[in-house]
Amino acid sequence: MNIFIPTPLRAYAEGRDIVQVSATTVSGALDELTRSFPDLRKHLFTGEGKLRAFVNVYLNDEDVRYLPEKESTAVAASDTLSIIPSIAGGSAAPRKRGKASPGKSGLSTKERH
Amino acid sequence: MSTLRIARTVYDALRAHGEETYPHECCGALLGRNTGDGWRIEASARAGNTRTDSAHNRYQIAPAELVKIEREARNRGLSIAGFYHSHPDHPAQWSPTDFAEAHWLGCSYVITAVERGRAAATNSFLLAGTTEEDKRFEPQGIEVSERAESPAAP
Ligand SMILES: [Zn+2]
Repeated sequence: MNIFIPTPLRAYAEGRDIVQVSATTVSGALDELTRSFPDLRKHLFTGEGKLRAFVNVYLNDEDVRYLPEKESTAVAASDTLSIIPSIAGGSAAPRKRGKASPGKSGLSTKERH
Repeated sequence: MSTLRIARTVYDALRAHGEETYPHECCGALLGRNTGDGWRIEASARAGNTRTDSAHNRYQIAPAELVKIEREARNRGLSIAGFYHSHPDHPAQWSPTDFAEAHWLGCSYVITAVERGRAAATNSFLLAGTTEEDKRFEPQGIEVSERAESPAAP
């Protein structure tokens, strides 16, 4: 299957916009990708190995987070995987909601739909 | 200071978009080619603002829409090179929210101030750095090209 690499991450994949993998699940595909291009790992995953909150992974037109089997979902050679960092902002100050934890991850995405 | 090169048609379209959605924020993607010394923006894609709860001062593009925009760009030989949005009755400067939620390193974030419904200043900021930890916005020049650039004949 093809994995589409977003503009900001191409520098860590030898400039490629498409990487072909032969894995049979979503997580297998991401593993294969980061084995081939280890520098991608820290941009996609937290230290605990979870996808960073602002990194969206779409299997064809479906958000992997909302698939019943999530990253264990089986994939076929004709499927495509898109890695898409989120895009948001605005003129307002960031909303403080819940306990703000500017921890190591540095993640500050508060909005999730 | 780096320079964002942008076709006149695209520049005018993104400013017009901000006027159309006023008093709400507009948003969209900038599609271009990497020329080796920066992006050349040749097209844009309007996106819906999913922040209907707070559209006057927030914007968000649905990832599903981005996936489609990216696919379309790829089919045209273009890449997502940045994003634009408007600041209704607010300066064309990035906000703490813009910075916190900017994750497209190496891409341009173009902001247009829309004052009482009319597009005013348009500024571009390059999201520089290599990680979430060292990222920063750097002001960029904007060079508007009047003609659509096509590869020069040999
Ligand atoms: Zn903004």
